[in-house]
Amino acid sequence: MTTLWQSLLIAIRSLRVNKMRALLTMLGIIIGIAAVIAMVAIGSGASKMIADQISSIGSNLLLVIPGSTTSGGLRTGSGGAPTLTYDDAKAIKAECPSVADVAPTVRGSAQVVFGNQNWSTIVMGVTPEMLTVRDWPLVAGRNISQSDVDGATKNCLIGQTVAESLFGDADPIGQIIRIKKVPFIIIGLLDHKGQSPQGQDQDDVIYIPLRTAQRKLFGSQFPNTVGAMMIQAKGADVLKKAEEEVISLLNQRHRVGPTREADFTVRNLSEILAVSEQSSKVMSLLLGAVASISLIVGGIGIMNIMLVSVTERTREIGIRMAIGAKQRDILLQFLTEAVLLTTCGGVIGMGLGVIGALAVSKFLQWPALISSQAIIIAFVFSAGVGIFFGFYPARKAAGLNPIEALRYE
Amino acid sequence: MNEVVQVSSVTKVYTMGDQRVEALKGISFSVQRGEFVAIMGASGSGKSTCMNMLGCLDVPSSGAYLLEGVSVGRLSKNELAEIRNRKLGFVFQGFNLLARTTARENVELPLVYARIPAAVRHQKASAALARVGLAGREDHYSNQLSGGQQQRVAIARALVNEPAIILADEPTGNLDSKTTVEIMTIFQQLNRQGITIIMVTHEPDVAAFTSRHLIFRDGQIIGDTVNANPTQAGEETRS
Repeated sequence: MTTLWQSLLIAIRSLRVNKMRALLTMLGIIIGIAAVIAMVAIGSGASKMIADQISSIGSNLLLVIPGSTTSGGLRTGSGGAPTLTYDDAKAIKAECPSVADVAPTVRGSAQVVFGNQNWSTIVMGVTPEMLTVRDWPLVAGRNISQSDVDGATKNCLIGQTVAESLFGDADPIGQIIRIKKVPFIIIGLLDHKGQSPQGQDQDDVIYIPLRTAQRKLFGSQFPNTVGAMMIQAKGADVLKKAEEEVISLLNQRHRVGPTREADFTVRNLSEILAVSEQSSKVMSLLLGAVASISLIVGGIGIMNIMLVSVTERTREIGIRMAIGAKQRDILLQFLTEAVLLTTCGGVIGMGLGVIGALAVSKFLQWPALISSQAIIIAFVFSAGVGIFFGFYPARKAAGLNPIEALRYE
Repeated sequence: MNEVVQVSSVTKVYTMGDQRVEALKGISFSVQRGEFVAIMGASGSGKSTCMNMLGCLDVPSSGAYLLEGVSVGRLSKNELAEIRNRKLGFVFQGFNLLARTTARENVELPLVYARIPAAVRHQKASAALARVGLAGREDHYSNQLSGGQQQRVAIARALVNEPAIILADEPTGNLDSKTTVEIMTIFQQLNRQGITIIMVTHEPDVAAFTSRHLIFRDGQIIGDTVNANPTQAGEETRS
């Protein structure tokens, strides 16, 4: 241990003597480590943002949307046909064992008026299950109840954006708003939910009872139909099974067979979003890889300077050998110096990387996630760079012939 | 056993490219404990090669070199380093102190490699510096010292591990005549205290301070004379 300590003291002294050079040499490592830390922080911040958005939709979700229809030779896009009904939703809930909840919806947009304020927003007819399926709590008031749905009451829940637009800071509960000129009582205020993975503001929404929407707001020629249905499986492990159950039940109910195309589509939302999460992970890995290249370049810089240093100090090496330094002592001395350079650079780089990541997240509104794991890996890696790139110069120093080293001018 | 150094029919052959240079052509001599020997000769006479061999920086091509009865020829690099550390002290023409390092740290260096604890090192280094008359200069950096003082630090460094021999290679080559006398006086004092010293020089004035002259020419010893009446420092300054 004494020798390691001695080597450290010698290394510190020799770096102190050449402060400017030491700093410049370290710069490569500083930039490398800072880049790795910042890039990984920004990359994993982005992954986390996407993961949060995914969980904001709700977990283990299937989306059933109506199929297309043909009228007068024109095929509408998917979702165009009024083929799904509230009864389908009830049947899925009752007959599919892997399904936890079903939330059928009817969707439309409408102008909403309160006093002298008005706002255009999305109005959705929903059942009480909607908030469970979307994992969306209320901050005030109560949820739409089954009797609201069955009785087609004119009660509604409003999202945060709607509340802000119409009421500012005032309490909206119990207030009456007009949706398409029909008066509704606000019975609940939804919690803040943020952006969807597609970038839509999920808080810009009003929920009303499903039957109210079907009969009083968006009256259509098919009064019992619903738009999309959100289905929550009982767990991630039975998601696939739930999908199969729903498809087979709907096939049966809609008499889908060899002569009749399916008039609905089932989409696995979690799967779609998992793909985008995956791609963001690949992205952050890529950023990390690019940053590591600068670390390797920094390591080569260290090797270069260490080689110069060995040549410069040939005579010193000769003296040390003459008075009894073994090859191992010389090797250790130069290796310690290289590792000291890289770890100092690593620590400074870590600080700069963290500052950089925080600055990016502050000024660009981009989340950065600084993990202690990344910091530890960066530190170990910088020491590793020192050992790897310091070894060759150190071995060169240790292999010098003392007679020639002493004669070196 | 009073023979510190025993050299018998030692040769040293270098090959430079396709040229074969015989630097030592079978030399034999021995040095008793407490002797003060000057190795003399023109450049290229083999005296430096002989010195490197005595200093365990090099090994003979053939023949035997016994240092305190131990044959050096078959030792590994690490074992040679250890012998240099424990049994030999070097004084060079160019002082060869570490730059930007204090006198004490320079003197401590052999003890560092001998794995001696810091407190002991400190004390031994101070004692060695006092022996060469540099008490009070322990914390001076080598560039703050005069040539003579630097050489004295080097002598202290050679002394500090209590070696069997001090090997000095032209120790006064870079010094003026007054300082030369100073340094030679120190060597004489140390020799009187029982330390064996072997010194390479080509100046007869310097060799006159020693008690035995080995004269080299063309890789052979052509003279081995006893100087019964070495110059004493006092006489030199008086004359």
